[in-house]
Amino acid sequence: MNEALPEAVLIRRAQTGDLAAFEELVNQHERRVYALAYRILANQHDAEDVTQQTFLSALEHLSTFRGDASFATWLTRIATHAALKVIRKRRGLPTVSLDAATEPDDPDQTIPHPEFIADWRESPAQLVARRETHRLIDAALAQLDDKHRLVFLLRDVEGLSVKETAAALGLSEANVKVRLLRARLQLRETLTRAFGDPARRVAPHEHV
Amino acid sequence: MNCNELLALLNEYVDGTVPPSVCKEFEKHLAGCNPCQIVVDNIRKTITLYKAGQPYELPAGFHDRLHQVLRQHWKQQP
Repeated sequence: MNEALPEAVLIRRAQTGDLAAFEELVNQHERRVYALAYRILANQHDAEDVTQQTFLSALEHLSTFRGDASFATWLTRIATHAALKVIRKRRGLPTVSLDAATEPDDPDQTIPHPEFIADWRESPAQLVARRETHRLIDAALAQLDDKHRLVFLLRDVEGLSVKETAAALGLSEANVKVRLLRARLQLRETLTRAFGDPARRVAPHEHV
Repeated sequence: MNCNELLALLNEYVDGTVPPSVCKEFEKHLAGCNPCQIVVDNIRKTITLYKAGQPYELPAGFHDRLHQVLRQHWKQQP
């Protein structure tokens, strides 16, 4: 198996019955899909299940992949769908219902104001080199509501557009934007309390 | 523009999708508001950190289990 083959070639080969090409595609995407599933569900067993379902579904529907979106985005959409099923099952909702993903936002909710404002002591590159950071950012993510976490993961971590995120979750684009802002602000708050320099903390301005 | 109005436009600014006229207003406020500068910087770093924190290692043995299941299903394909 030549590992340097472009993805489009691997996809075409897999579509015409080349198992080795399909497995190479899986090799290239399995860690990312697993990470997404793990971050959505915060459970290793469920994340493995979702990862397996994602690639089984990809195998089954490979012939329908046309390259309108990237292969990565296509897999992300399948994985998100599988993860949503797990979330709904956990909540005891029927799997056909889209209510869990589209659960309405309270229109009266105001945007939470930043409270702990301080420059970080270290750069993201320095922070990411430490194992402790991974534990911390995962814990911060786990504190978010499902609906906020999903939007943040798809948009900011997986790099889907607002439109693609909305389509994957069955939400309006406006809804995605509101949830994304809340997710980003809440994560900023938690991480800045951990990584911010308390000695350089500044007070928010009071604007009436 | 005040801090609240800036907060409402934070996504669009960070994503680079604010219309140029609004962007000017945004940056004018930012230039005179240290807390907002820091919040914008914190948010950028937060996103960078999550992006860089990927991907995880797979749990031990999972790669092999996954590929075994996929090979079985591949053979059963019509």
